[in-house]
Amino acid sequence: MSRIAATFEKLRAQKRPALIPFVTAGDPAPEHMPAILKALVAGGADVIELGVPFSDPMADGPAIQRSSERALKHNVGLRDVLAMVAAFRKSNDATPCVLMGYANPIERMGLATFVTEARRAGVDGVLIVDYPPEESGPWLDALKGSGIDPIFLLSPTSTDASIDRVARVAGGYVYYVSLKGVTGATNIDTKDVEAMVRRIRVKTALPVGVGFGIRDAATAQRVAACADAVVIGSRIVQEIFEAPPVEIGARVEKLVREFRTALDAKVGVAA
Amino acid sequence: MYDLPDATGHFGPYGGTFVAETLRAALDELTLAYSKCREDPEFQAELADEFAHYVGRPSPIYHAKRLSRELGGAQIYLKREDLNHTGAHKVNNTVGQALLAKRMGKPRVIAETGAGQHGVATATVAARYAMECVVYMGSEDIARQAQNVYRMKLLGATVVPVESGSKTLKDALNEAMRDWVTNVHNTFYIIGTVAGPHPYPMMVRDFNSIVGKECLEQMPAYAGRQPDAVLACVGGGSNAMGIFFDYIPHENVKLIGVEAAGLGLETGKHAASLSAGTPGVLHGNRTYLLQDANGQITETHSISAGLDYPGVGPEHAWLKDSGRAQYVSITDDEVLKAFHTLCRTEGIIPALESSHAVAHAMKIAPTMAKDKILLVNLSGRGDKDMHTVAQASGLTL
Repeated sequence: MSRIAATFEKLRAQKRPALIPFVTAGDPAPEHMPAILKALVAGGADVIELGVPFSDPMADGPAIQRSSERALKHNVGLRDVLAMVAAFRKSNDATPCVLMGYANPIERMGLATFVTEARRAGVDGVLIVDYPPEESGPWLDALKGSGIDPIFLLSPTSTDASIDRVARVAGGYVYYVSLKGVTGATNIDTKDVEAMVRRIRVKTALPVGVGFGIRDAATAQRVAACADAVVIGSRIVQEIFEAPPVEIGARVEKLVREFRTALDAKVGVAA
Repeated sequence: MYDLPDATGHFGPYGGTFVAETLRAALDELTLAYSKCREDPEFQAELADEFAHYVGRPSPIYHAKRLSRELGGAQIYLKREDLNHTGAHKVNNTVGQALLAKRMGKPRVIAETGAGQHGVATATVAARYAMECVVYMGSEDIARQAQNVYRMKLLGATVVPVESGSKTLKDALNEAMRDWVTNVHNTFYIIGTVAGPHPYPMMVRDFNSIVGKECLEQMPAYAGRQPDAVLACVGGGSNAMGIFFDYIPHENVKLIGVEAAGLGLETGKHAASLSAGTPGVLHGNRTYLLQDANGQITETHSISAGLDYPGVGPEHAWLKDSGRAQYVSITDDEVLKAFHTLCRTEGIIPALESSHAVAHAMKIAPTMAKDKILLVNLSGRGDKDMHTVAQASGLTL
């Protein structure tokens, strides 16, 4: 069984929602990554989403754009990101690692080469933001037999036809973007989220993760009532940006633990 | 028969809809609305009326006799898009998209702009149709193009500086997309070139194709026949697609796109995606891009801000690969020389963008017989470029 499936199965048995923090690989600088990844796990992350820096992150809001720019100042490329995952795997063989990024850096490396290298590094899932299912034919072919899950997005404006298209090809989990807009925007309506998650569940048995706009533990707790996983992105990226370099690990761990505690309190699991 | 793009917006391997799911519904709504208007005689009649009375179409074709004589070869004809209202071909597209926005009931339009030409053309039509208008512009470009920023403001638009990435056109496009995905319920995004996700490359081409349609009729009447070659500058490629499109089936007419070689292709400081780039995915479509070994989009250089874009419309990528069009490039120095030559021989001040096409015509005309005909799309006038040209000549205005 894949690390992602095993993780969700274990959590389901414990009736706990998964906590999925997002950080941009190489932000603020590559040397911080081992400490940041360790802090995410120590704070209670179940799955780690690692952003691949791109010069033109069209779907991201200011916080994640800036993090991409900081990483790019250090010339962090896709191969460097894979090396970070491989290094992480030396001390952690359980926590699933999902890469999230844009198509161009991956196409530049070549889909087949990327899949081989990603598998070797210990990547469990990949979400290519600008590959909707209808443009994913070659990508899905390249993934076949690799054990790497193709993760896809759904949004508040997704039609049933879109949900169907995603359900047919998605693996790992479905990532529901809980807002109209870009990452890091505000104002999430948990009632709308609940209704949409219900629509998604009709079409797929995959776990449903919810992200975009979850900035505090209370919102995370409300979202977790209807979702299998909660994705926290901009808020953590912001914390990394604001923390003095020596405190980044500790601050990230503390923040992730706050979310973890809130999620577990909801279902009555001792933290 | 040439009938690209296909139903899903592909030109062979190029084009498509490479966007996040968050944009899907907006693009579906747009595709549906546009396909209705495309077939709607009432919409087409309204567009034709706006073209005639607001834009000033048809634009004339002019035989540049003195220039042709000086070069001593092929005859050069100019399609005078510089005589349109607002001084360039850009308004053909903004009128079309604004009419579509009106039909769709969207009271707010947004646009990206580099040099400010598309921003001005958008602000113009927004004023004309009483729409709120927000233009995203890289802060670097705002500093370089103060006059156009002021023009947009005079026309009632809000200009939003973009501070992300390289702070230029591509970043303005990213930011406009972000606005659109957030405000799609009341907002129409007027893209300024034949790039972006489907249906934009097709739609922007269609609205600009009036240029080539007119040429097809005007050339036999004025010159006695169709040209041997049609030349146009290519940044994103909207004026080139506009004049090329109706000539695609006329296989004995060569199509030549002229890219910005900047300081020279070998220096890396240029904007020639087709001549020196490789295929990839940016801004919602697959096309030729200027990118580094890691797949990051690289910064471009051209003396003409309007060509300063690291990608190119996907239909040009297809026309290049299929061999139907040929793409060449012209350096900043060659551009300036062509600019001054046209000023002095014909009394026409061309935009620096259009001067690329003029420069290539000047390069090949002397190698051709005197009865050959080159048709150049003079896509815009050069008033906006006074400052840049003066500076290149060592003058301060």
